[in-house]
Amino acid sequence: MLGRLSCLSGALVFAVGLATPASAYMVYVSNEKDNTVTVVDSTTMEVVHTIDVGQRPRGITISHDGKFIYLCASDDDTIEIIDTATNQIVGSLPSGPDPELFVLSPDGKTLYVANEDDNLVTVIDLDSKSVVAEIPVGVEPEGMGISPDGKTMVNTSETTNMAHFIDTATNEITHNVLVDSRPRFAEFKPDNTEVWVSAEIGGTVSVIDNESREITQKISFEIPGLRSEAIQPVGVRITADGTKAYVALGPANRVAVVNTETYEVEKYVLVGQRVWQLAFTPDQKTIISTNGVSNDITFIDVATDEPVQSVTVGALPWGVVVSPQ
Amino acid sequence: MPAVFLPFIAIFLVLFGVFPTAAQQSAATQVQVKLGYLRAYEPQLTLSVLDVAPRDEGVAGADVAIADNNTTGKFLGQTYTLDVTEVKLDADVKAATEELISKGVNYLLADLSAEQLLSITNLARDRDVLIFNVGATDDRLREEACHLNVFHTAPTRSMLADGLAQYLVWKQWRRWVLIHGSHERDKLFADALRRAAERFGGEILLEKEFMDTGTARRTDSGVVQIQRQMPVFTQDFPEHDVVLVADESEVFGTYVPYRTWTPRPVAGTAGLIPSAWHPASEQWGGTQIQNRFAKANGRRMLWKDMAAWTAVRVVGEAVTRTNSAEAAKTADYLRSPDFSIAAFKGQKLTFRTWNGQLRQPIFLGDGRSVVSTSPQEGFLHQVSELDTLGVDQPETTCVLD
Repeated sequence: MLGRLSCLSGALVFAVGLATPASAYMVYVSNEKDNTVTVVDSTTMEVVHTIDVGQRPRGITISHDGKFIYLCASDDDTIEIIDTATNQIVGSLPSGPDPELFVLSPDGKTLYVANEDDNLVTVIDLDSKSVVAEIPVGVEPEGMGISPDGKTMVNTSETTNMAHFIDTATNEITHNVLVDSRPRFAEFKPDNTEVWVSAEIGGTVSVIDNESREITQKISFEIPGLRSEAIQPVGVRITADGTKAYVALGPANRVAVVNTETYEVEKYVLVGQRVWQLAFTPDQKTIISTNGVSNDITFIDVATDEPVQSVTVGALPWGVVVSPQ
Repeated sequence: MPAVFLPFIAIFLVLFGVFPTAAQQSAATQVQVKLGYLRAYEPQLTLSVLDVAPRDEGVAGADVAIADNNTTGKFLGQTYTLDVTEVKLDADVKAATEELISKGVNYLLADLSAEQLLSITNLARDRDVLIFNVGATDDRLREEACHLNVFHTAPTRSMLADGLAQYLVWKQWRRWVLIHGSHERDKLFADALRRAAERFGGEILLEKEFMDTGTARRTDSGVVQIQRQMPVFTQDFPEHDVVLVADESEVFGTYVPYRTWTPRPVAGTAGLIPSAWHPASEQWGGTQIQNRFAKANGRRMLWKDMAAWTAVRVVGEAVTRTNSAEAAKTADYLRSPDFSIAAFKGQKLTFRTWNGQLRQPIFLGDGRSVVSTSPQEGFLHQVSELDTLGVDQPETTCVLD
């Protein structure tokens, strides 16, 4: 429904002669290998633009107003700012060395960045483009999740194997929760009650209660014909209504659909090779996976959990973000 | 740990605001984990100066892992220390082992010859010390001479040979000739290559021994002679796809590539070399450990550094998961299905319960870059594809008591 409205308003805008295209959403994909961001129209599912960016682009997010893309150019040790109106790089942020993943605060004012080489989480104020805090965490910080109420940030450290809970008011760690090997991603449930943390080498997703800060569920994955070493959970996304979680399973080439009530895997959606990250369209009708080795992204229909179409992007697609309404 | 360091650590912990965190996490339990590192070392000549082992080979990897464990440890009230002892290549190592144990070490990394390692296994067992073999590739340490208190993060010669053979077979380069050195370790690697040929369908059409006549490793004009001698040495080879070289002793192997009678690729201890790590590997998060290692040590990370890094991380993982520094608990945990370790090799690594060998992929590199990583696609196994590399459970002669 929302999508329809958005289409309609887009069409109206177009009709009055503004340059904004009439499509619903733009999908931005960071391509780790060829130093580009591919822009895909979510309606036509076609590539509309390719942006040359810094070296080894990985983590990607978008400002809440949709005006700017923030992109970790890991090997350039910077975060690039891309103007979505012109698809030009218009600035950069002081990220600290080797930024890989980050998360934007719900109020859109603060960016929390994982700096893998320095065992730090860097807190950046977007207005002043300045570093306001550096928080020492475990070895190889990677996954970054923030609670929808903005009070708690979770960072995962890949060699320490912990989820570090950080109070955003004080920028200090309050809890450390041991999870399985090589935790890659942290995703809060929309109601703030749980954090889901994927462990790439451990092959599990730990569900951590945000009240007690203890693991209450551990989800594992079994796919007939695949050895357990090939099942490597990375990206996690939970629907806005909180009922379903999607887990990208890396070289298992599938996205698992998990029921958040029962914590059972209900389906494995076959997408492309080495599934890395996931993003919903704002209308929640579609979830998009980046498939690194097959150089494409897959649109999955959220209602049926069927793959709809795969679109070839750049080399080694890594992260994905979709423009807001 | 020298008492002088304790105030420093206390200041460090206060600076980083760690005390409240540690208190919350583990009720301020302080776990001290003392590791020892015993290595037999003397400077060794190599055919190429580029292959001379760095002075701190192996130890540098252990140091990085100690720092990693301490970063994790600050959240859990754990501290890790490493005590390094060096002996001569063929020295008696019992006294040095006793001394490390008397300092409270209960995890001992060993970069020793097979004989030296076997001379201390019972001594270590009687004092509840776990040994991690980070240097010896001898299969017999995991087979007829295996011990319950020894874990191996170094690969075996058979794992290395199998990793190489799988790739050559995948390439359909199945016809091999083999040149091996005249020393025992060269012959052991040649044995592993013969075994690999049989397992994976390679064919060794001819073997030749290159006798070590005790010549100087490097001379100013030696290159001229080698250019003339190596073609002659390889002139009588039957039609083949690859020249296999087994020269761990550094007598001739480096001189084989580009100098053979017929133009053929070279693999083994020269040319395409199987190894437990490659200094240029950047896959699977490898960039992170490579950067961390280079920053700390000012050089690239070699396979022995990785074997030592992994051993220290294995101890850290066990201590963290069992919440205990006791070696017996660690040994049980390492053999349990709960254990796995991530070591930048694309999949979890576990120990073979029947002989304490770490399962691990084998990198195939040419000195500049990683060419491939084995196991190769299509080499299947009912338990773990990593068990297609080396001696598998049904074939093992190891009996752990």
